[in-house]
Amino acid sequence: MGKPALLKKSQPDMKLPKGALIKHVKKEWMIYSFLLIPILYFVIFKYIPMFGNIIAFRKYTGGSNIFGEKWVGLRYFRQFFSDASFWRAFKNTLTLSVSYLAIRFPTTLIFALLLNEIMNTRAKKFVQTVSYLPHFISMVIIAGMIKEVVSLSGPINNLIAALGLDRISFIQEANWFPTIYITSGIWQGLGWGTILYLAAMTNINTELYEAAKIDGANHFKQVLHVTIPGILPTIVTLLILDIGGIMGSNFEKIILLYLPATYEKADVISTYVYRMGITGGNFSYATAVGLFEGIIGLILVMSANLISKKLTETSLW
Amino acid sequence: MRANTASSTIQVSLGYKIFKVVNFIIMAFVVFFTLYPFIYLIAQSFSSEGAIYAGEISFFPVDFTTKTYNVILSKPDFFVYYGNTILYSVIGTLISLIGTAILAYPLSKKRLILNKFFTPFVVFTMFFAGGMIPNYILVAQTLHMRDTMWAIIIPGAISAYNVLLMKSFFESLPEELEEAAAVDGMSVYGIFMKIVIPLSKPIFATMFLFYIVGIWNNWFGPFLYLDTKDKWPVALYLRQIIMGATGTAEVGAANDEATQIAANVRSCCMVLTAAPIICIYPFVQKYFVKGMMIGSVKG
Repeated sequence: MGKPALLKKSQPDMKLPKGALIKHVKKEWMIYSFLLIPILYFVIFKYIPMFGNIIAFRKYTGGSNIFGEKWVGLRYFRQFFSDASFWRAFKNTLTLSVSYLAIRFPTTLIFALLLNEIMNTRAKKFVQTVSYLPHFISMVIIAGMIKEVVSLSGPINNLIAALGLDRISFIQEANWFPTIYITSGIWQGLGWGTILYLAAMTNINTELYEAAKIDGANHFKQVLHVTIPGILPTIVTLLILDIGGIMGSNFEKIILLYLPATYEKADVISTYVYRMGITGGNFSYATAVGLFEGIIGLILVMSANLISKKLTETSLW
Repeated sequence: MRANTASSTIQVSLGYKIFKVVNFIIMAFVVFFTLYPFIYLIAQSFSSEGAIYAGEISFFPVDFTTKTYNVILSKPDFFVYYGNTILYSVIGTLISLIGTAILAYPLSKKRLILNKFFTPFVVFTMFFAGGMIPNYILVAQTLHMRDTMWAIIIPGAISAYNVLLMKSFFESLPEELEEAAAVDGMSVYGIFMKIVIPLSKPIFATMFLFYIVGIWNNWFGPFLYLDTKDKWPVALYLRQIIMGATGTAEVGAANDEATQIAANVRSCCMVLTAAPIICIYPFVQKYFVKGMMIGSVKG
């Protein structure tokens, strides 16, 4: 019921007698040959960069050797740990992600529950179609739209002016950045975020609703005692994934929207890595920061998974 | 889609009636909230510079004009970038589709013992990745793909998540057809081409859309790797325009009021770039949703 595909357990263990593996490969070589190019692709474009993280501990100053020149130990880590800009990016990453998650998660869930209450199929389809749309629009256009909507002559400022207040240059003011980031995130992702919930809801046995009705449960109680428990595994799974993603933020959106004037609230780890590494050429330093972010992310998703396994018996693996 | 049709027959209480009204209002608000930025953008793209600058646009164009579109579309620039986007989308999607399918197919076969190694090998990349800098060094410095379209097509060609979606679709196909074909002496390649692919049109449609939207919208890869402006896709060109860099002056130069036309040009370019996606989207939306469902629901 409603468990994402990634949760599937791998095939049961098969004990092999000696030499059977060679025999197996000889028999199935044709189908294994499909894997040749894709696995090579994964080695080159996923695993080599993964091991390329080693330059966080090695000096790399350019050139084609992705693994750098010589060991320097934790030098780059010590460097960024004592860098105030790193800590600012670290703090901003957490602030933006946690507040965004805290608002988005319940909003999406409530929206899914409300969508599920629309009995008119065509009306429901219409709302879904409209609300999924922004998910498919390029971040460049999204960022451009945000800039237009919050611009000095844009509709929000027109509204503010109509109320007799002073127009605000939202995009230039650091304190407004989190609001812009979160609101636009909700705008873009609200509809699409409901899909897995709606899928899980269709899987709830209708007999459960009948039984609840016989027990005298009103509509609200049915939602509380049938729908929500029915989608709980999905809620937990999505929460685990979201917690794992806390160290990441919407890099593309931020890099398109932030300005030196708003770095104070807008600069996050990924944009910091970009500026240090690709703009600044401090490849090893930036890799160390990126690796730090990646490892914390991995620890977070593993911890969330473990906690959920203990509490709800739902887990990603 | 509806989970609780049964509840529609429940006795309708006053509280429930009020809820329905409130819910309708919320839904109407969501629809409005979602569409408004698009409406505003379109209105702005058809309005005069003066009206935009004076903050007169709310829902409809003010001083309706198609001049901005004429200016943009009368120059070859936009078509060159659009052409690049189409080229990259077609080639990239083709490579991605083939790569994803030939990886997902063997992984979907339970009898293949080595999948115990290969499946986690692929899945692990979803949780831990190389990060921006090692990827950049690999593509730009080691593989010398810089300023070629391969730099933006190949590194992201196969998504592990899409592989899992396709794998679970293949797993749901009836085993018997393939077995019968194998008994008739058809090779694995033949089975894949003549039986599996024709049966898998829905998942191919979904994957096609997932990948093409990704490439169509991609601007950061091109931004990192494409130095020659003639190779830019339209999304990157648009970035230059909205960031207020030289692009604005170039397009706006056809008009005397270069500074004021900027907002027009920006919204026109955004509309032109988003238009294909917005026009096609309502018709293909169901494939995206289906794709998500395949991935999310077991059995």
